[in-house]
Amino acid sequence: MDKGNVWKFGDDIDTDAIIPGRYLTINDPKELAKHVFEGVRPEFARDVAKGDIIVVGKNFGCGSSREHAPLALKGAGIYCVIAKSFARIFFRNAINIGLPVLECEEADSISEGDALKIDFKKGIIENETKREKYQVASMPEFIMGIIGSDGLIKYTKALIKTQKRG
Amino acid sequence: MSGQTISEKIFSRAANKVIHAGEFAFASVDCAMANDITAPLAVQGFNEILAGQKEKKVWDPKKVVIVFDHQAPADSLNAANIHIMLRKFAKEQNIINYDVCEGICHQIMVEKGHVKPGELIVGADSHTCTYGALGAFATGIGSTDMASVLATGRLWFKAPQSIRFEISGRLPDRVCAKDVILHIIGDVGADGASYQACEYAGPTVKDMDISERMTLCNMAIEMGAKAGIVEPDKKTETYLKERISGFNFGPFRSDGDANYIQRREYDVSELEPQVACPHNVDNVKSVSKVEGTKIDQIFIGSCTNGRVDDLKVVADILEGNKIAEGVRVIIILASKDEYMKALKAGFIETFIGAGAAVGAPCCGPCMGGSFGLLGDGEVGLATSNRNFKGRQGSTKAFVYLCSPATAAASALRGKITDPRTI
Repeated sequence: MDKGNVWKFGDDIDTDAIIPGRYLTINDPKELAKHVFEGVRPEFARDVAKGDIIVVGKNFGCGSSREHAPLALKGAGIYCVIAKSFARIFFRNAINIGLPVLECEEADSISEGDALKIDFKKGIIENETKREKYQVASMPEFIMGIIGSDGLIKYTKALIKTQKRG
Repeated sequence: MSGQTISEKIFSRAANKVIHAGEFAFASVDCAMANDITAPLAVQGFNEILAGQKEKKVWDPKKVVIVFDHQAPADSLNAANIHIMLRKFAKEQNIINYDVCEGICHQIMVEKGHVKPGELIVGADSHTCTYGALGAFATGIGSTDMASVLATGRLWFKAPQSIRFEISGRLPDRVCAKDVILHIIGDVGADGASYQACEYAGPTVKDMDISERMTLCNMAIEMGAKAGIVEPDKKTETYLKERISGFNFGPFRSDGDANYIQRREYDVSELEPQVACPHNVDNVKSVSKVEGTKIDQIFIGSCTNGRVDDLKVVADILEGNKIAEGVRVIIILASKDEYMKALKAGFIETFIGAGAAVGAPCCGPCMGGSFGLLGDGEVGLATSNRNFKGRQGSTKAFVYLCSPATAAASALRGKITDPRTI
């Protein structure tokens, strides 16, 4: 079980909003984190605390395929993103770099500042502020394997050891 | 068992087993592309994957393409150093590297023969879906996925459901493929095709040239789609035969009894020019609803609408005219080849004569990370593909998206203008 406080955003948050195009020559997560949500929520980078959680509506991370977006969130210490739905490329990128992403239909019930406890194994989000519990959509076994390997790099490393390349 | 869509057939070939929508598979990719903002993290990941291995080579150097386009020519010291690192990597690995003079990655992939019908292609850029115009299944991935592809040539996929768009009707004068796709996006919504393939078909699409089909496929991602695709036909064959020799044109088309999650029909014979309004691509209105909106900057170019076919209508409208006072117009061709065609046709002279700034082929102001940015409170009109808040510079700026015809007409009046009235 892990805990964090909630930052709430709306629907269709695009990757330009997460990290603007002018910072894409930066590849260090900690440096990227200084500019995360800079244009749309300037206080975020300053006030975010390690272990905080982002809760959003539908289609989070739409737009550009820039992996700088989940990297900036990870660099800022974001523990997990909970959304009603994710845009496809962001979802893959987050899993690949080991940033937990959870799909939850009841994301709207969660408010800014709520304290959440997450049980990844059981797929349960516990809202300590509201004293509610929400179920998380289950992930295919395939993806759990990548998460279990702590991201795609280690997963592929292991794969190469057991298989011939190509 | 029902038949297969073209996308299911491509995944079946690439995974070497029969696959239907919803099934997971490890598939071999036919080509992989990365650009100057996504390649650095991919190279870093690739080196991590192969750390400790004797041989640190990409799986197939002939199938890896790196293009410098987003920050080209290098617009900062960071970009210059990234270009140095990537040039070195490309040379060591013997992979294909298009440098700063060549143009936008998606245009290059298509026009240089890196895309063939029936292929499975991945690109570390969301607009990789453009290549569906040639009947390939092409999808955008992130840098870590790309790292894994560079090392193994394979990636995991979930074969997508397909939406079939049947488009019919002859497009009215000065209404273009861009208006069709903006209209569709407005209708379907920013996540209306999430995880799915958009298959464009019908007589209007059959009549479209490859550059117009590229415009349709390019913007599939703006509906959340994994790919846009058009079944290859005679036009595809002709286009490819001019570029690739000895290529065998395979039978990749959807079966009559293939399953679609949705079928949507559009008659475009009375379609008005369309405009996507701030700050979402699916906030689409007919031009008449926003006519007269004052514009500070117009950008004509990008992988969506930066080809000579797009610029022809712009030249027609600007020929012998002057751009309105108070509006600046930036025109950037999508590639060196397209630039040369525009130069030979006399378009460049027309543009400069009308008062436009014409730039070397690259992504330009589209992604707001390089030059041509919008300042606080400014209003931009662009033929590119995204108008998110802050996308082209200031978060206090407003971006409208439109066709090349609407952009050119608006340049003459300094405000959003219906191109049919010029």
